[in-house]
Amino acid sequence: MAVTYEPLATTTLGSAAASVTFSSISGSYTDLVLVVNARSSRTAVSTAPINITFNSDTGSNYSNTFLFGNGSTTGSSRGTNANNIYTGDMSSSASSYAGFANLLLSINNYSNTTTYKTTIARCNSANAFAEAVCGLWRSTSAINSITITEGSTNNWVADSTFTLYGIKAE
Amino acid sequence: MSPILGIIASSKAAAAGDYESIATVTVGSGGSATVSFTSIPATYAHLQVRMIGRSTNAGANITTGQITVNSTTSTNMAYHRISGDGSSATAYALADTSSWDDLLLLPQDGTTASIYSAAILDILDYANTNKNKTLRLLGGVDLNGSGRLVFGSGLVNSTTAISSITFATASTYKQYSHFALYGIKSA
Repeated sequence: MAVTYEPLATTTLGSAAASVTFSSISGSYTDLVLVVNARSSRTAVSTAPINITFNSDTGSNYSNTFLFGNGSTTGSSRGTNANNIYTGDMSSSASSYAGFANLLLSINNYSNTTTYKTTIARCNSANAFAEAVCGLWRSTSAINSITITEGSTNNWVADSTFTLYGIKAE
Repeated sequence: MSPILGIIASSKAAAAGDYESIATVTVGSGGSATVSFTSIPATYAHLQVRMIGRSTNAGANITTGQITVNSTTSTNMAYHRISGDGSSATAYALADTSSWDDLLLLPQDGTTASIYSAAILDILDYANTNKNKTLRLLGGVDLNGSGRLVFGSGLVNSTTAISSITFATASTYKQYSHFALYGIKSA
């Protein structure tokens, strides 16, 4: 049996940054898993979106459908013809909780050049939401870079961590 | 040491080699009514299946695949799930059934070409003969304007070790549908 699930790259922020990019991603794996523990510097609202783009594509080629619970209600919503995949809401500096939020994002078959790319994510912030998000990038290109952006035009704070893993099927 | 986050409840730091590829099925040009993993070794602690899929059904909506284990036809399975369709969240449960038949989502072939669903399925302690088995699945399909995702839990009310998993669908799985089975070791 082939051993897999390998860490490909990790970024730990030493100072605040608006986005993190993993580039030159090898095409030799089957799936990618992105693990994020981060917090936004946003002060106006207690959460901030965490958005994903691939291969520096900022066109309106993305969409998502998501499910959330916020402590009092559940709901579902979507984004259509968007410029990124919304993958959830992270905690921000406006929150009375000091915790960082978590994102676990899977990109199955990221390097095939036949299908569009569908992502599956779980995102949770202690102060606001638990979410599950299905995203779509309407491109058959192999994914070779991923950019994770703070979606309220603020920053990810220092000590936010971003790790990319590769899983290879035999 | 590679932390295998999100796969096992304890999110333990795992030694290299804890996560192994067991088998993979890529559906060929003729499509396939079923995808099966058989003779699954009992040497792991947990199983994970990672997939993308599409149905050859000519509709323009979303259909489902059916998951069974150990080729059972007994009505000893059950599941519940929460689902979101972009407008509202709904919950559903079914008991005394012979498959998990409303968890795995697939776009029908009348939807935009090249869109495939994605799902991740976990079965913890699948080889333990003292426990009934519980599945967790998170999957979905987005069609840029419609879509659905499911977070579900399934039960097989049997202590028999799971040695096979079968994915069926009312039509066939379309070419390029891809199912990969992994085993996760314990310490």
